[in-house]
Amino acid sequence: MSALIGVRGLTMAYGDFVLMRDLDFDIERGDVFVIMGGSGCGKSTLLRHLIGLKEPAAGSIHYGDVDFTHADQARRDQILRNVGVLFQSGALYSSLTLAENVSLPIEEYLPELSRDEVREVASLKLSLVGLAGFEDYYPSQISGGMKKRAGLARALALDPEVLCIDEPSAGLDPISSKLLDELILELSESLGTTIVIVTHELASIFDIATTSVFLDVESRTMTALGPPKELRDHSPDPAVRAFLNRGDEGGQTA
Amino acid sequence: MIVALSGDWVLQGGIPDATPVLRELDQAESREIEYRSEELGAWGSGLLTFLLRIAEAARRGTVGEDRSGLPEGVRGMLRLAEAVPEKAGATRSEEEALPLTRIGLTTIEASKDVLATLTFIGQTTVAFGRFLVGRASYRRADFWIAVEQAGVEAMPIVALVSFLMGVILAFVGAIQLQQFGAAIYVADLVGIAMVRDVSALMTGIVMAGRSGAAYAAEIGSMQVNEEVDALTTIGVSPVEFLVLPRVLALVLMMPLLTVYADFVSILGGLFVGVTMLDQSFSAYANQTLNAVSLTHFLPGILKGTTYGVIVAMAGCLRGLQSGRSSLAVGAAATSAVVTAIVLIIAAAGVFSVLSYILGI
Repeated sequence: MSALIGVRGLTMAYGDFVLMRDLDFDIERGDVFVIMGGSGCGKSTLLRHLIGLKEPAAGSIHYGDVDFTHADQARRDQILRNVGVLFQSGALYSSLTLAENVSLPIEEYLPELSRDEVREVASLKLSLVGLAGFEDYYPSQISGGMKKRAGLARALALDPEVLCIDEPSAGLDPISSKLLDELILELSESLGTTIVIVTHELASIFDIATTSVFLDVESRTMTALGPPKELRDHSPDPAVRAFLNRGDEGGQTA
Repeated sequence: MIVALSGDWVLQGGIPDATPVLRELDQAESREIEYRSEELGAWGSGLLTFLLRIAEAARRGTVGEDRSGLPEGVRGMLRLAEAVPEKAGATRSEEEALPLTRIGLTTIEASKDVLATLTFIGQTTVAFGRFLVGRASYRRADFWIAVEQAGVEAMPIVALVSFLMGVILAFVGAIQLQQFGAAIYVADLVGIAMVRDVSALMTGIVMAGRSGAAYAAEIGSMQVNEEVDALTTIGVSPVEFLVLPRVLALVLMMPLLTVYADFVSILGGLFVGVTMLDQSFSAYANQTLNAVSLTHFLPGILKGTTYGVIVAMAGCLRGLQSGRSSLAVGAAATSAVVTAIVLIIAAAGVFSVLSYILGI
């Protein structure tokens, strides 16, 4: 059986500027897959490729047996229905309340549900992320961490198979960010959701990742693939060890 | 009481009704619900919602729940959903304000708005003063970009609107004036009306929709992005840096656009005169030159410049007042256009009364 998400010979470019080339890796069902790398190496861009917001300059992305890159829009929508995305700052619609934000994808894809049912599911999702009772708040009335959790509730609205998260800890204090990590882990364990995370937070990476890919900004390609703890201690590439040891290249086991 | 779950519980099928279970619960003597899930297939939010309904009823009826029969994942999610209790006081209800309260609130709001506007006019004046003595901190490049956007780039739309205004006025005039063989006076009508009033008015309104809205949206987005705050913290006055170049650009460009609109609208009148009213080109041109004098021309320019100040100030003010969401930026742009148009019409009225009193 083929992997849940397969990236084949992917080259990412903005116009003539090649950001990353020859990316080749698989994301298996149930993985907590971390895309890591230094600033500006194209981590978020890779995530945008995975969810079809940007087109590859070369290569392709497969979901199961389907070639996502070359599929038509209807097929893509069908695939993306099973993918939830949490953007960096939540990307909540400011004209809608939290409940309405979460309800939007549900109403869109499950028109057979009644209004009360949609509302009930939205409340469930908000309570999962610890926002019970905040249904009628507008995004401008809550804090950054709460926005992020509300964004997570919206990403979870349709019980996705894959959850893509862009920088979960950006803009959060260490405790909130740890709680968010635990929440993500709990969701992955309970629901069996495959999780793809872009981050450069080492603490996060070691806490939650089962496997990871390292994008190297110098050579413009991926230089490591595997469980982060193993890479930290045994990667042949000094740049990878340095990254995972906070610049300390010795590769000492912490 | 035993609740046995079987089959697929996913949202696609809708959420099953929990009433039968709840009814059983009311009648049952047993004080505990037990779950069986050996035959449970796929599950998702549908199941969780259903179980939470039962849990709530059970809590109300002080019935215990034994969840050990549920799959580990389901228990995990239920634990998560119930982990953070609903924050007391978080739920809010819409309060209906009394009419009197609303009048009061509106009045307070309006007086604050007047104060903010006056403050802004003051700040802009100070910034302009600093500009005159050469001490204002703004980027020359910003000024020239604003000049390009409010000047050259506005020419096509201004030309279109004023040409059509000239054509329309000429047609309206021709129908009346032809009745007593005075069709040649169409040139006077178009010339004087456009040069004195209409060109400046139309250009002002076009610029309110074009540049005023753009200014409000631009500065509003900067407000969302905290760029305005960043300016303040590095000691640069946002009014000097953002407002000054834009106001200067419009003040400089509006008179030029007005002259341009004057010219194009007269061409519009000429077009009607030559093609529909059988007048010769030179006759129409002569008639216009005789009719329009500096006493018509200069007030027109003055009006155009004033409208330019209004449009730029309204745009920048609403932008700076914008809230920090995408919704607020839209509201700021709308408000900028409305404010500018209302003030332009009001100013046009004042100008008319003034020129009547002065007899020009």
